[in-house]
Amino acid sequence: MSSVMYERMRVNPKFQELVAKRGRFAWTLAFIVLTMFYGFVMVVAFAPASLGQPIAEGSRWTVGVVVELFMFIFFWVLTAVYVRRANTEFDALSQEVVKAAWKENK
Amino acid sequence: MMRKIISAIGLLSLSTLAIAAGDSLGPTEQQATNWHAIVMFCIFVAMTMGITYWAASRTKSTSDFYTAGGGITGFQNGLAIAGDYMSAATLLGLTAMVYTQGYDGYIYMLCFFAGWPIILFLMAERLRNLGKFTFSDITAYRLDQGKVRTMAAISSLVVVCFYLIAQMVGAGQLIKLLFGLEYNVAIFAVGILMMVYVTFGGMVATTWVQIIKACMLLAGGTLVMFLAMSQFNFSFTKVLDSAMSVHKLGEKLMHPGSLLADPVTAISLGLGLMFGTAGLPHILMRFFTVTDAKEARKSVLYASGFVSYFFNVIFLMGLTGIIIVGQNPEFFEGGVVGGKLIGGGNMVAMHLAKAVGGDMLLGFLAAVAFATILAVVSGLALAGASAISHDIYARVIMKGTASEATEIRVSKIATICLGVVAIILGIAFEKQNIAFMVGLAFGVAAAANFPVLILSMYWKGLTTRGALMGGYGGLVSAVLFVLFSKSVWVDVLGNSAALFPYTQPALFAMPIAFLLAYIGSTTDTSARAKTEIEAFGDQYVRAQTGYGAASASNH
Repeated sequence: MSSVMYERMRVNPKFQELVAKRGRFAWTLAFIVLTMFYGFVMVVAFAPASLGQPIAEGSRWTVGVVVELFMFIFFWVLTAVYVRRANTEFDALSQEVVKAAWKENK
Repeated sequence: MMRKIISAIGLLSLSTLAIAAGDSLGPTEQQATNWHAIVMFCIFVAMTMGITYWAASRTKSTSDFYTAGGGITGFQNGLAIAGDYMSAATLLGLTAMVYTQGYDGYIYMLCFFAGWPIILFLMAERLRNLGKFTFSDITAYRLDQGKVRTMAAISSLVVVCFYLIAQMVGAGQLIKLLFGLEYNVAIFAVGILMMVYVTFGGMVATTWVQIIKACMLLAGGTLVMFLAMSQFNFSFTKVLDSAMSVHKLGEKLMHPGSLLADPVTAISLGLGLMFGTAGLPHILMRFFTVTDAKEARKSVLYASGFVSYFFNVIFLMGLTGIIIVGQNPEFFEGGVVGGKLIGGGNMVAMHLAKAVGGDMLLGFLAAVAFATILAVVSGLALAGASAISHDIYARVIMKGTASEATEIRVSKIATICLGVVAIILGIAFEKQNIAFMVGLAFGVAAAANFPVLILSMYWKGLTTRGALMGGYGGLVSAVLFVLFSKSVWVDVLGNSAALFPYTQPALFAMPIAFLLAYIGSTTDTSARAKTEIEAFGDQYVRAQTGYGAASASNH
């Protein structure tokens, strides 16, 4: 029974659309986070001195502090962006797919 | 012996694993009984006991017991996850790390944080859509229930046990310091309270203990940070100016230091923290407590918000501590500024609380630290108990024929057994150097749990044989890498040189697990493997749409 339902959903073009859209979106965001984070880890490992530079002449704020604070905020903003889109657009799409499969029952 | 106490306190956090080598932690002794702290802690216990009593009346089915009936909201769960994740180590260990190493502590906190967005983007939704009570529900979804569940339950229990020992011993030492209680009294208090919360209140009580504790931690930390920053007119520049002028690192305070100098260690640590988090059974379990994937995503949003906020609070606490605590002779043994801190290096946060808010704030923060340990230990015990009762007893031994009532009874017995084991091990390991145990727990989580879990969700080709080879391979290699590393082979077993040169196993053990899972699966030509691969289709649709996912129980 449920296998029939799953098969119906799988062939629904909207399901393909959902998977493609959400997958692309999630992997893009994950790629941004991973690149920035491991890029940062590489800088820490290979060019630590560059992080200790002040952001401007005479300023106490260093590049490292600013970059990290930016990542703390930016990564969190990315999670908010993902949750927003997934909880509205993607969830609506996924409900449509499930509903369409139910309808075929009748 | 004193050194051992210090290292035992330190093992509460990974951070201290890294600073253990060069850190100037001083000797500690039992402090005078701290009545403010004890009274405030008793209020916390009374409150959580009330909740447990209320929760007990609502804990009837297995779903209530393991996942609070799936009725926790995203916001509540976000707080609870943050509570699970921010241990006493975060408060004490990381503040101390910023105090001694400056910017290195901040880097470390980013490593702890960066795993959360990845968990959200790649895992949260599929976890919720496929899982029911434990993460083995997902790995065993289309594979051989008996074998794969046994494997997942074993590695869960290994992670839980190592983490529990670390927390228990740390708790005993910390409570001795903060409250002036005997070590054994503290161990029994933690063990017994944990058993009461979990056996009577199940996931409902455990979740509320986490939520209350997370609020206390956030409020306490914020208050201390606020009071401390007010002494500098809330100017970060002013804080850095003063800190650099008095700290022995001087201008280098804001440079990356020795901590991550070795690229292999840096990358391995980054991997271990990021993917270890995504493989911790007590964290994964929290994804099944919410109604649906929507709420699961929200939980990560709130949790990562709280965690990232709190890490920045800690960064400021550590920096202001350099001036407020580091320049005040009152906090040094013999009143010598720059000597040994009273109570040891991990006490910076506590001294800072006292300096800016007096005995009341100190008592409050000490109570928060105790509550924190209690909450983390309860979460661990519940995760361990569910691996025993849900995976091993109900699914492997009884093959799904056990009634809910017996399954709950088994999980309660398992909780009590785990509590007793935790107390015994806590006492047995009092004087042992066990600083490696948290690292081991994260290593096993990253190498044994995470690879099989992520492959089962994403890779069609995973078969039972591949999952078993990957899971056991990751478990054994993570344990061996840690065993042969300096922290066990030299520091505990007393050999002269380490057989494995790095302290962080993730970079090496994770590829082994993935490779074994790949080889084991692709060379598997059995008929069973074929049906398992075919079953991925349905699993995939369910993971994507949530159709057929375990729903919230209706009460």
